[in-house]
Amino acid sequence: MGETIAFYVLSFLILSLAIMVVTARNTVHSVIFLVMSFLCVAVLYVVLRAEFLAVIQVLVYAGGIVVLYLFVVMLVNLSGEPEAHEDPRRLGLTGLALAGAVLLELAGIVVYSYSREPSAPVAGAAASPVQGNVEQIGWLLYTDYLIPFEVASVLLLVAMVGAIVLARREL
Amino acid sequence: MIDTILEITPAHYTILSAALFSIGVVGVLVRRNIIIIFMAIELMLNAVNINLVAHARQLENMVGQVFVVFIIAVAAAEAAVGLGIILAFFRNKETVNIDEMNVMRW
Amino acid sequence: MIDTVIIPLLKIAVLLNAVLVSVTFMTLLERKVIAWAQSRLGPMRVGPYGVLQAIADPIKLILKEDITPARADKWMFTLAPILSLVPALIVFSVVPFGGDELFYITDINVGLLFIISVTSIGVYGIILAGWASNSKYPLLASLRASAQLISYEIAVTMTLVSVTLTAGTLSMVGIVEAQQEAGLWFGFVQPVAFVLVLIGGLAETNRAPFDMPEAEQELTGGFHTEYSGMRFALFFLAEYANMIVIAAVVTVLFWGGWLRPFPSVEILGFLDLIPSWIWFFGKMFVFLYLFIWIRATLPRYRYDQLMRIGWKVLIPVAIANIVVTGVVKVLL
Repeated sequence: MGETIAFYVLSFLILSLAIMVVTARNTVHSVIFLVMSFLCVAVLYVVLRAEFLAVIQVLVYAGGIVVLYLFVVMLVNLSGEPEAHEDPRRLGLTGLALAGAVLLELAGIVVYSYSREPSAPVAGAAASPVQGNVEQIGWLLYTDYLIPFEVASVLLLVAMVGAIVLARREL
Repeated sequence: MIDTILEITPAHYTILSAALFSIGVVGVLVRRNIIIIFMAIELMLNAVNINLVAHARQLENMVGQVFVVFIIAVAAAEAAVGLGIILAFFRNKETVNIDEMNVMRW
Repeated sequence: MIDTVIIPLLKIAVLLNAVLVSVTFMTLLERKVIAWAQSRLGPMRVGPYGVLQAIADPIKLILKEDITPARADKWMFTLAPILSLVPALIVFSVVPFGGDELFYITDINVGLLFIISVTSIGVYGIILAGWASNSKYPLLASLRASAQLISYEIAVTMTLVSVTLTAGTLSMVGIVEAQQEAGLWFGFVQPVAFVLVLIGGLAETNRAPFDMPEAEQELTGGFHTEYSGMRFALFFLAEYANMIVIAAVVTVLFWGGWLRPFPSVEILGFLDLIPSWIWFFGKMFVFLYLFIWIRATLPRYRYDQLMRIGWKVLIPVAIANIVVTGVVKVLL
């Protein structure tokens, strides 16, 4: 019962905040709505018993990436409004129609796959030698998925160097 | 009917993630401000994350959550580089309207 | 129903009241200690030895006129102090003040990460305050302050990774119990990490000597220039609440939380007569006094020196600490 109420309240919040992100006129308001929707997604992860992911979502997404967005918005927004809502190059209705098509396709896939008989049950995880959400993720990251882990860290290093090179002033 | 509403299955989470994804698609297709487009892309990535976590919980397999960790890392890298590109472009052309970002040199 | 809803609500009410009252009296403590360090007496008029000054100040701030700048963004202007104060208060829900289950609200299994992530939400209050004020000085000050915060956040997070390696768990109660098992406070096992968290904590809460964002000589009041009355009071409350958070976290991680000194030596068993929460508050008070003492003594860092320390000194030392901790943990 608790999960039902939590799910419906959270999904209402997430979807309405997402709509406000894409429709707000002021870019800073958009960023704040984005932060709020990320926090609601983190609470949804807690409902789904993925506590480590919830905290990582708040730490990296809401506390890191969106701060970066806010900085760039403040550096870039300093001169006037860049968005004209009556801009004739905007294809509002076409965009909405295409997004509606995407939604219908995805909903169709969901309904189709859940109305069929489930095939052979997926082999669940082998009993992990550790207990607890953080420990299990850590175990998988350092044994089965070690190479993607190291590649991801090199990727982050490259991204860091790239961002610094791109954004520095040519003095 | 009441049962499908009251009992939360992973299908519910998938529909939530599909709705969030299509809101992101609306943002990318309709808005002209490139920063809002980037934020809509982050919404799409979050939608995928919700889907993965819901199925990881149902199948009792932690690989879904490990994948989400990688997606978050890649999203961070992409946001950093993308915003660096926007800043570099803005320094040259003073605009964030993507309709005006249509030349390779000026 | 009783112990899943009513008791936690009661604990939350008690904790919030305690934190807010203690933050108010922290302002008085700071003025008194700095005054004594400067050979003067501090506030002495209101109440015996100036004790009631802590109540007079909030009354004054509440009764002040609430000014919003003319073209400021109203919603963001109001939201900024809230976004600064609320994360500082939320963090207290996972800090264990004593040995029994009565003394903490909850013990989640990712408690330490929860603290780091919630304090990183506090950056938004500063950025929004500068932006929403629609004025040059606050904007510059808020950009500086938030850049400082996120830089030192990285160093502190890396240091806390090495503490997690030593303790083997992320839950705050688990870390104190690990210290009890080891029979030794982690301050002796990880002295470098302790110093790093202390310095990083000072920088994260904009305390001297890292308080360039609030420096009145340089930036006319920093990011809260345009704030007056109760909103300004909220920013101040947020800063002192953050200070108490850092003191509490340092106590739990490095000084044994609620444990007595040398928790496994039997001879000192008579020290167990002192309740666990008194040990905790005593240690926390020592760190709060240390923070105020540092403010009274050290001069302020310039902004580029500040950033240099954060990136070029603290982060490499934190990474080296992780490596050494990992090696030692494997070898032993």
